[in-house]
Amino acid sequence: MISSKFVATFALGSIALLTFGAAPATAQSHVNSPDPLLGAPSVNTEESHIGTLTGHAEEGKHLYRRYCIGCHGPDGDGNGMNAQWIDPKPRDFTEATFKCRSTPTGTLPTDQDLYNAITRGFINTNMPSWKPLTEQQRADLVAFIKTWSPRWAKEKPGDVLVIPAEPPVTIESILHGRELFQKLECWKCHGPAGHGDGPSAATLTDSKDNPIRPYNFSTGTRFKCGATNQDIYRIFMTGVDGTPMPSFHDTLTGNDPWDLVHFLRTLQISYPSKELDLWQGYVASHGKDIKPIGPDSAAGAQ
Amino acid sequence: MPSLRPETSRLLNRSRLTGLAIFTLVVLAMLFADAKPAQALPTGKAFAIPAFARKYGLPCSACHTAWPELNNFGQVFRDNGYQLMNDRDSPIWQNPSYFPISFRITPSWHREAADHQVIDAPDGCFGTSLANPCLSVAGKVTQSGFDLSGMDLWSAGTLYKNISFVLLPSSDPTAVWHFESAFIRFDNLKNSPWFNVKFGRFELDNLISEKRFLFLSNNGGIYQIYHFNTPGSSNNFGYGDNQIGVELAGHNANSYTRYSVAVVSSNEGGVNFTTDVVPGAPPANRSYDVNLAFSQAFDAKSLGFERIGAFAYIGQRPTYFETTDGGTVPLVGLGNKSFYRVGFAGDLYIHNLELLPLFMYGHDNAYLGTATSSQGALPSGAQAPTFYGGFIESHYYLNPQNVILGRFEKINVGQQALSGNPGNFGNVTAYSVGYRWYPIMFSRAGVALDGEYSRVKSIGIVPESGDGTGNIPLFPTDGVWSSSIYFGIDFDF
Repeated sequence: MISSKFVATFALGSIALLTFGAAPATAQSHVNSPDPLLGAPSVNTEESHIGTLTGHAEEGKHLYRRYCIGCHGPDGDGNGMNAQWIDPKPRDFTEATFKCRSTPTGTLPTDQDLYNAITRGFINTNMPSWKPLTEQQRADLVAFIKTWSPRWAKEKPGDVLVIPAEPPVTIESILHGRELFQKLECWKCHGPAGHGDGPSAATLTDSKDNPIRPYNFSTGTRFKCGATNQDIYRIFMTGVDGTPMPSFHDTLTGNDPWDLVHFLRTLQISYPSKELDLWQGYVASHGKDIKPIGPDSAAGAQ
Repeated sequence: MPSLRPETSRLLNRSRLTGLAIFTLVVLAMLFADAKPAQALPTGKAFAIPAFARKYGLPCSACHTAWPELNNFGQVFRDNGYQLMNDRDSPIWQNPSYFPISFRITPSWHREAADHQVIDAPDGCFGTSLANPCLSVAGKVTQSGFDLSGMDLWSAGTLYKNISFVLLPSSDPTAVWHFESAFIRFDNLKNSPWFNVKFGRFELDNLISEKRFLFLSNNGGIYQIYHFNTPGSSNNFGYGDNQIGVELAGHNANSYTRYSVAVVSSNEGGVNFTTDVVPGAPPANRSYDVNLAFSQAFDAKSLGFERIGAFAYIGQRPTYFETTDGGTVPLVGLGNKSFYRVGFAGDLYIHNLELLPLFMYGHDNAYLGTATSSQGALPSGAQAPTFYGGFIESHYYLNPQNVILGRFEKINVGQQALSGNPGNFGNVTAYSVGYRWYPIMFSRAGVALDGEYSRVKSIGIVPESGDGTGNIPLFPTDGVWSSSIYFGIDFDF
């Protein structure tokens, strides 16, 4: 049998462990709550609604501590312990400004938008896909994220962008998209060939004055906010809030957005697509007629 | 490397020998003390890799329920070949603080005790002489003191997109090194997560990993059934031990469905055509074993994440050796006889409570069970031994930094290798409780304080223990109680 002194030793040791363990011993072992005076939604009551799922902020708070606190921080402001090593910087939830939305620029995203972002991750950042979490867990996290800013108590998400059916991919559509790329001066940031090396690229900063790089179409296969043609459409029609990428919702009409989508696909030279095939065939036969994109090109370059 | 048995150390402590004599004794003890080299190796509780956390900027808790145990996010990361499937996977991508090697070691204080041990009487009797003969009696052997675990020096990651690797040199507490894991893995073949091929030395695809679990003490730090063989068996197989070979594995996008098929050498993961990873082990045979594993996870909504699975290992071990020098030097294992292990396991959540049940059934050929050469006749009453049993382990997560542990394990010998053996000969019952507190758990490193108490009753056999502690009792009907009390500071950089 175990002698009593060893039992006592073990018991005392366990008590010591429990005592110390129960204390918030290290930074970021505890998730803070926003100042109630700010009027942010309550952790106790805030919910998210994704399809038939209802997420609960109270559950999400525990998940946030496990998975998110290291980057997004105990105050949700993007100042987690790891933030200093991360580029681009983690999202500041207290601003309630989100890049990937289906809603107009400047408005709050839908719960589904946040859920999609958590599920998809952001390919060119440290934010991974959290698809391995259960759907309920992801819904709970969405609910909790909304407790960091009073905007969620005062505003409703914007109206969801309606994306019309995609027209067929034609060379005319691609050429018109190329004209729009020139006319809207997309090349100034993304570069004439979509390499992310336009003349303005080096000067860009996000809403927190952190340097930010335009998307390089030539190396990317997926975009920050998705991978499909519908996702590309949504990105430039709603804008990427918090970055210099504006919304073109008021600029592009009719099939213009789809034409731009079809052209942007041709810049993804490492990503096979029917747009790229069509464009490469056209370049082979009409290369000499194609004017370069850039400052010297006349509007409506072809 | 075999560890000193308690009685050997006791003798050392009580004798005032010269340094040379001690050295000689230690060498002799190492050579002869423990005839179970595979069990004597550190079990390689290794698999927590802050190097990944540093690379991706994620906290330990993102991949681990409580490190080193994986959660499903960590499982998916591992199944994808240590890739998050984003731009950060490139082997050349790194942030300024990324250091691609991890270290893990655990300074500790622990107390080990085992009763019904064969000891010499009277106390202080050393050696034998006509004037002062030693008597063998049953007694209790107790040791305690500060100690070190073995050390793991871990590197893993990607060599190229969809080519990953693990290299894990691991030492025992005396700094004798071996390669616990070393493999290259070709991931997502044909752009499908269903086809991944691993080549080298690796842990079998156990749903409940012994390499990633949370107990560290000698008794609690192993799953008894992963290393159990019936009394008198020459089979050295341990389901928890790393094996060497090739594995085809696959999973769906979120790793809810997983399978693996491994073909491994029948040598218990040994290298250099031997049956172990350290020098001096017996030679291996020339056959291969197969391990099959399948598991399916379910989203149980508010309860959490549930996984169940099944496994089967079919293998062979030699019963005699081709020899040279008049039978003194074994060359190659021959006379293979078969054995198998089958079972099912689960990883079940009820909110913050995680339950890990496992059931296993084992069957050995009678030649293996009685350690008889297949060239000869079986002893009278010999029969194919079987055993069955399992465990249920519980983890209660107060939060990501505090977890309460418990485990109950039971193994019964279903059919004794010799019909005359007592029916309960070799049965094992084990209880373990523990507590782990992770005061530091972020993307640079991890520290955990670990407290455990573990108690194992084994009838008539050497108590199965992480360091091989213990001895066979005087009588096969004696139940040996072996216990561990453990406090350690487990750190991982």
